[in-house]
Order: sequence, then structure tokens, then C-alpha cells
Amino acid sequence: MAKYSTNEFKAGLKIMLDADPCAIIENEFIKPGKGQAFNRVKIRNLKTGRVIERTYKSGESVEGADVVDIEMQYLYNDGEFWHFMVPDTFEQYQADKNAIADSVKWLKDQDICTMTLWNDSPLTVTPPNFVELAVSDTDPGLKGDTSGGGGKPATLESGAVVRVPLFVQIGELIKVDTRTGEYVSRVKD
Amino acid sequence: MEDIWRPACDLKQLHLRAQMLSKIRDFFDRRSVLEVETPLLCQATGTDPQLDFFSTEYHRSPKNRTMYLQTSPEFAMKRLLAAGSGSIFQICKAFRNAEFGRYHNPEFSILEWYRIDFTLWQLIDEVIELLTELLTGYYVAESVKKMGYFEVFKEVTGLNPLEFCQESYALYASQNSIMDAIKICGNDHSMWLDFIFSYKIQPSLKNLGICIVFGYPAIQSSLARVNIDNPLISDRFEVFIEGIEIGNGFFELSNAEEQEKRFNQENKTRELKGLVAVESDKLFLDALKFGLPDCSGIALGLDRLLMVMANTQALSDVITFPLDRA
Repeated sequence: MAKYSTNEFKAGLKIMLDADPCAIIENEFIKPGKGQAFNRVKIRNLKTGRVIERTYKSGESVEGADVVDIEMQYLYNDGEFWHFMVPDTFEQYQADKNAIADSVKWLKDQDICTMTLWNDSPLTVTPPNFVELAVSDTDPGLKGDTSGGGGKPATLESGAVVRVPLFVQIGELIKVDTRTGEYVSRVKD
Repeated sequence: MEDIWRPACDLKQLHLRAQMLSKIRDFFDRRSVLEVETPLLCQATGTDPQLDFFSTEYHRSPKNRTMYLQTSPEFAMKRLLAAGSGSIFQICKAFRNAEFGRYHNPEFSILEWYRIDFTLWQLIDEVIELLTELLTGYYVAESVKKMGYFEVFKEVTGLNPLEFCQESYALYASQNSIMDAIKICGNDHSMWLDFIFSYKIQPSLKNLGICIVFGYPAIQSSLARVNIDNPLISDRFEVFIEGIEIGNGFFELSNAEEQEKRFNQENKTRELKGLVAVESDKLFLDALKFGLPDCSGIALGLDRLLMVMANTQALSDVITFPLDRA
């Protein structure tokens, strides 16, 4: 994999740090007029999602990480692996529990997810920003109450639990923002 | 996609810059300081290992000659001073390779001036007068403070910046979330000072308005004289506004022998770092040998100053065409 000099640092660049693939979130060039230059970067560890801060001496080179994002369709779960397919090439990938992590609760057959591959192996899976899922369980609630005040928890077909307005009933399809885990609206068939 | 043929800055910043330049000229006119011009394209450049320069070829048959874009007008202006110009100022461009970021553009505007027979303290007062005139109506300084490098460093970190103790510096770094400094700086005292100053001291100046930090450690004296009473510090100061470095001033080193020694030292450092050797500026050294009058001088970064006046967050907010649009 190519090496990158600190001069090439910018948001989005994928580099190796402590043997893990990482993405640069923010890069700041620091240099006293008469002194040493540094690059202070905010980096996300793509394995753990943790954000850390690192400083490099300007001019230093670091190993790039072979990381790519590819849109894939979710197919099924065989009990151990989650299977995805690249729609254009029909190429299939299987993600393990670590790669799926929290995304598992938003997965629905056929949905297009973003899979991040590191050296061609699944690293993480990001669900679509909005998913439509059926409510499999929730309190019947009070009929006619549309005030939207408190809301109530609802379990969705994929296993996620979100807060929904009181009028939402079992069996209804709702739209959820997966980035915040918040209810957006009901979906009329 | 934004039209990148357009200027990066708002058009109103053109007016602000023009106004600032005319105020600067008026300021020095009233003080009978002469405006001068010196070449941007020079036969020699500084040996400072921290400054990466641009070089180019002058086509002169049968052999080309390497020329440099100046990293500062300092050497040429001192040659004028040695020749008897009297106090002078210049507004010009300076070039520093590989410096690009929120507060950096490889081509930037400098205001540099020299005052014959001025002590460092007189120059500091004049800098404050100029800044006050320029900033009036645009920026209200919380305060104008003068502080010693040693004092502010000690106050913020508890460390002694003048005496290097790798162990206590490293302990400080590990306890104050700048662990990376330990590996990067190693046993390089000067680099430790740069790291800690940039990460810890400068941010602490952020809400203090205009700060003059004087008495830089002698190991970072650059082209300043070493203090006559305390050989551990130099007669060098820096100006910060809101924690942003705006300028760097010296009671100017005039001893040619000492200057040559520093050049050689810097070239040794360049070699250790694997940088190309740079020939010392012979014409500049000749001028010093002839005699530089006692003087104090300073360079201010005009783009950064404009940033403060315009209350913007990045240099590209006040430059027409920064590197990526130039």
C-alpha cells in the first residue's frame, strides 16, 4: 500500500495506525514561525469507531490503509455470518459479528448498505440512513391520543427498539433514521 | 461544486486590505520611516532548517543558476541598513514551501520594519501603537499584556523552558494528553519547546487579547542577540492576538562572526535532518562585517492580522486566491 506524507493528509484519507486501519477526520497544520511544524490529526479507528487525536512531525510518512466503501445488498443471515452482494458484479461477502456490530438491528433483506472493506475483508457495515421496518411489538396505547407527548417504545422486525408516538400500532410500517435511532414517520403502503 | 475561479475571500476583504495597507503607510510616513523594496528572487536564502524554500533556475548560458524565492526580506533589508538607509519598512510577499493550513499559505504578505537605535522595548511599544491604530473599529483587545517566555511557560506547565530535563518534560506530556511529544521530540530541547508552546501555551493566550511574549530561550534566538544579562535568553519577542502568532521581533544580531557561526550550526542541523545544504548568504555576511547599526526589527504577518480585523477563522477567508486557487 502507498505511503502518505503529512502534506497529503486530509479528511477522509485512510491510514494505518497501531496496526489498525483508520480514517482522518480533521487535519491541522501547526507551525511556529521559527519552529518545528506538526500535523495534529483527529483519527477514527475504523475497527472500533473510536476517535483519537494524534500528532505527526510534518514531513513524516505513514502507511496507507487499503480501505474502500462499497454499496452492497443485504441478503440473509446464516446464523453465523451476514451475507451481502455487490449488485453490479454479484460478488458476495460475508460479514462476521464484529463487522456487523450494532448495525444488525437495522438490517432488512434487500436493503442497500455500505460495506467498508479492509484488504478486501468486511470491516464495518453501515445501514442506509433511513430504513422502513414493521413494528412487531408495542403497547396498544390510548386510542385517539395524538398529542405526541411522551411516546412509547416499539420493537421492530429487525430487533431494534425505538420510541414511537402513541398512535403507532403493531404491524404498521415506520421510517427510522438509523444515525440517530429516531422515529421519522409512518409509511403508508 | 463551488466555482474555484472565484476569489476565496469575500470582496469586502479587498477593501479592508487596501485600507490596512494605506494606514500602515501613513503610520510610517508620520514617523519618517522609509518604504523600500528588495528582491523576491534572490541568489541566496536562509539556512534555517525549519524553513523550506522554493528554488528555481535562472537560465544563464552555459550554466543555469539556482535562485530562491525569499522566505523573508530580512537579509536584503539588513544590507540596506548597513549601507546607511536609516529606519526602513517594507510590505512584500514571502514564500515558505510546504506550509499550508488554516493559518498558513505558502505565499503570504509580510510587513517588516527596522528601527535604528531602538531597543527591543521601544520597538514593542511601536508595535502596540501600530496594532492599536489598525485594529481600532475592528477588534477590541481584552487586554494588552507583555509577558516573559519563562514566566508564561512556567505558569502554564510548571516546567522550566530554559533548562532541559527530558524526564520532567516527558512526565508533563504524559499527564497532559500530549503523549506523542515524547516520541517525536526525544531529547531535542528546542522541539519540545515548540510542541509544548504550540499545544499548551498558545491556546492559553486565546482570551488575552494582544500578548507580547519576550525573552525567548537562547536556543531559539534565530537572528536575535543573546541577552546581555542572561545568556539563557535572547532579545526576541513574538506578538500574539487571540493566541494566533502575528509577528516576530528581534534586537538584531549584528556580529558577523556570531552570525556565521549560527549559519554553520544550522547547516549542520540540516545535514542531520537529511535536508539539502544551503550556502550562507555571503552578501549578507559581508554587510554585517561592514557594520550593521544597532537596531530592532520585526516582521508581521499581514494576512493573519487581516483575519483578526475581519473576525474570520481561516487565512483563506482574507486571501483572494490561496494555494488551491492560485
